[in-house]
Amino acid sequence: MNFDYSDEQKMLKEEARRFLAAKCDASVVRGVLDDPARGYDETLWRAVAEQGWLGAAIPEGYGGLGLGHVELCALAEELGRACAPIPFASTVYFVAEALMLFGAEAQKQKWLPRIAAGECIGAFATSEGKGPVTARSIRTTASGGTLSGEKIPVTDGDVADLIVVLAKDGLYLVEKGAGVSAETLKTLDPTRSAARLIFDAAPAERLGDEDGIAAMQAVFDRAAVLLAFEQLGGADRCLDMAKAYALDRYAFGRQIAGYQAIKHKLADIYVKNEIARSNAYYGAWALNTAAAELPLAAATARVAASDAFWFASKENIQTHGGIGFTWEADPHLYYRRSRQLSLVAGAPATWRERLVSQLETRNAA
Amino acid sequence: MDFNDTPEEAAYRAAARAWLETNVAEHKAIAHADDMAAAKSWQARKAAAGYAQITWPKEWGGGGGTPIQSVIFGQEEAKFPVQYGYFTIGLGMCVPTVMAFADDATKRRFVGPALRGEEIWSQLFSEPAGGSDVAAIRTRAVRDGSDWVVNGQKVWTSGAHYSDFGIVLVRTNIDLPKHKGLTMFWLDLRAPGIEIRPIHQMSGGSNFNEIYFTDVRIPDAQRLGAVDDGWKVALVTLMNERLAVGGGGGAGPKDILALARELDAADGPLIRDPAFRQRLADWYVQAEGLRNTRMRTITALSRGQTPGPESSIGKIIAANQLQDLGNAAVEAEDQYGIINDPALLPLKGLFQSAVMNGPGLRIAGGTDEILKNIIAERVLGLPGEIRVDKDAAFKDLPVGR
Repeated sequence: MNFDYSDEQKMLKEEARRFLAAKCDASVVRGVLDDPARGYDETLWRAVAEQGWLGAAIPEGYGGLGLGHVELCALAEELGRACAPIPFASTVYFVAEALMLFGAEAQKQKWLPRIAAGECIGAFATSEGKGPVTARSIRTTASGGTLSGEKIPVTDGDVADLIVVLAKDGLYLVEKGAGVSAETLKTLDPTRSAARLIFDAAPAERLGDEDGIAAMQAVFDRAAVLLAFEQLGGADRCLDMAKAYALDRYAFGRQIAGYQAIKHKLADIYVKNEIARSNAYYGAWALNTAAAELPLAAATARVAASDAFWFASKENIQTHGGIGFTWEADPHLYYRRSRQLSLVAGAPATWRERLVSQLETRNAA
Repeated sequence: MDFNDTPEEAAYRAAARAWLETNVAEHKAIAHADDMAAAKSWQARKAAAGYAQITWPKEWGGGGGTPIQSVIFGQEEAKFPVQYGYFTIGLGMCVPTVMAFADDATKRRFVGPALRGEEIWSQLFSEPAGGSDVAAIRTRAVRDGSDWVVNGQKVWTSGAHYSDFGIVLVRTNIDLPKHKGLTMFWLDLRAPGIEIRPIHQMSGGSNFNEIYFTDVRIPDAQRLGAVDDGWKVALVTLMNERLAVGGGGGAGPKDILALARELDAADGPLIRDPAFRQRLADWYVQAEGLRNTRMRTITALSRGQTPGPESSIGKIIAANQLQDLGNAAVEAEDQYGIINDPALLPLKGLFQSAVMNGPGLRIAGGTDEILKNIIAERVLGLPGEIRVDKDAAFKDLPVGR
């Protein structure tokens, strides 16, 4: 038993942190925030691809580094800490994972090397409107090699080359091009792109033969663990920011960090972050070993991380006081990102429900 | 990250389980006079096999094992009905302090009997005027020849009524600031002048005691550490407390899940109520987070790192969750929930018991508020509280109630 990153994984994580500190400071995040025409930061995307991170968990036979998923989790934590404005999650946690789970050999041969090389951006299109995605909510259909329907919102849908689409009967691969139109959406987090996608008899290829919702859920379970690490990195960064500000800011003749109201608030953030970390580690193990516990472990990691990042990001603004409510101060970047990451693979309430169903199955009376 | 046993760990677990199966059966076949007698006999059995204090060196009767082995044995032992809490404080906190500060003869005299459950130890730190502020201790020890004469009062002493020995922190110098005039001793709890009175808790139980000292003579040879250096000794004890206390016991997510399955709510079984399900998920997330946080602490220990104050988070979460989950179950029982008779209640009143014990757990061993201060100051490095008593002589400090 070992409940921590290995020394090699820690080294990888430290390198990633240094790399992102140099290549992805707040000005890079703001470059995407302040320019509605930009879906992501192309320079950072290329730099990350050169590091091999896109293929960290992709086997060497498909052009990846062939590391494990724990290594990918370590990178995710740092990307979350840096609030990286790139389509990493869509491409790696959703599309590459979907391909590795369900792809036929030819599909994997075609797409995984391009993803690993940074030549293909992916998007995972499931939602068609308000409320959780269920069998009843899906109207998109596929027949005769084409797919028709509307998906909203699709994170990175406007910048994606390859879209994995949930239709009534299963998952499909659709390439950008004929029959696909995208309209960029305004969202709570403009540092991550999102679109309405309309498929009008778009050429589509079946991905796996699983039932639609079950296939989506299998991808979500894997993505949830990786997203939990991004959320954890963001939550830890919020704690660092709140702490640094509270130590610098004086009121009533002393540092505000000396007041118990602030100390206890920061202690509460720390406690939530540590609970999120412990649950994320368990999820990383379940993901990496394809353990039977993955659905429960993923739900637990996701609920804890969503809760921690939301709490840390809002209380970070509160600790900053008025300055924290300005566009120029950085806390809102993380507040926005916490909303994006909590919603992108289904909201926390949906995951709490999934957690309890898993618990019922496991403890069947 | 590997949450599976290594082959060595699996072998250790298998051996522990086999030993437990045989020995619990033998243990349960013996007719013990009472729970204490059963506890002592079980402890002696574990000690003989090297399963008492698995991480202690073999020369002191321990198992010479690793923290992970200790966890594995604990996980396996928890599956059997042999949970006796009498030795936790003594072996977890008091005896390690004796081992760190006493001479060899004293260690030889006391370590073995404590390990085998023959003698039980208590920790006498808290006082009526020194709860969260432990260093505000007023119990006085005055030197008289080769003895110290002690007068004063201790409080919240768990298990003193069934203990044989204790470690006690007393004030030996009132002219120095409060942290600097304290001294630690070990003592015989049956010494003349000691009166132990159980405290009647709001929960109805009496696990804690008040201890009154009237001209109690403690030989200087029973001193642990230097005169007026007792705070440093106490920090060693309290560091061990972080490992010994916290977690486990009481109503948990699985218990309330079981209740929710059989309880008829307005629209069918409670477990089908979406609002209840959301809360259950949160309790499970916390309980799992806590369990895995403890395992991270063990990993740090097994890598030779000293667990720091970050383990304070365990008690904050466990105690608050116990209170919240217990009350949710009680309210789910609706009007019936007011009943507090084990004979009439699910799980023998486990949830009502959680409601009544929750307040104490949020205070014992460091209140929520003190633990948050510890996290803020020692983990996050935020400024300490303003201390008006730091440099003043103890005798000049203002006193209230």
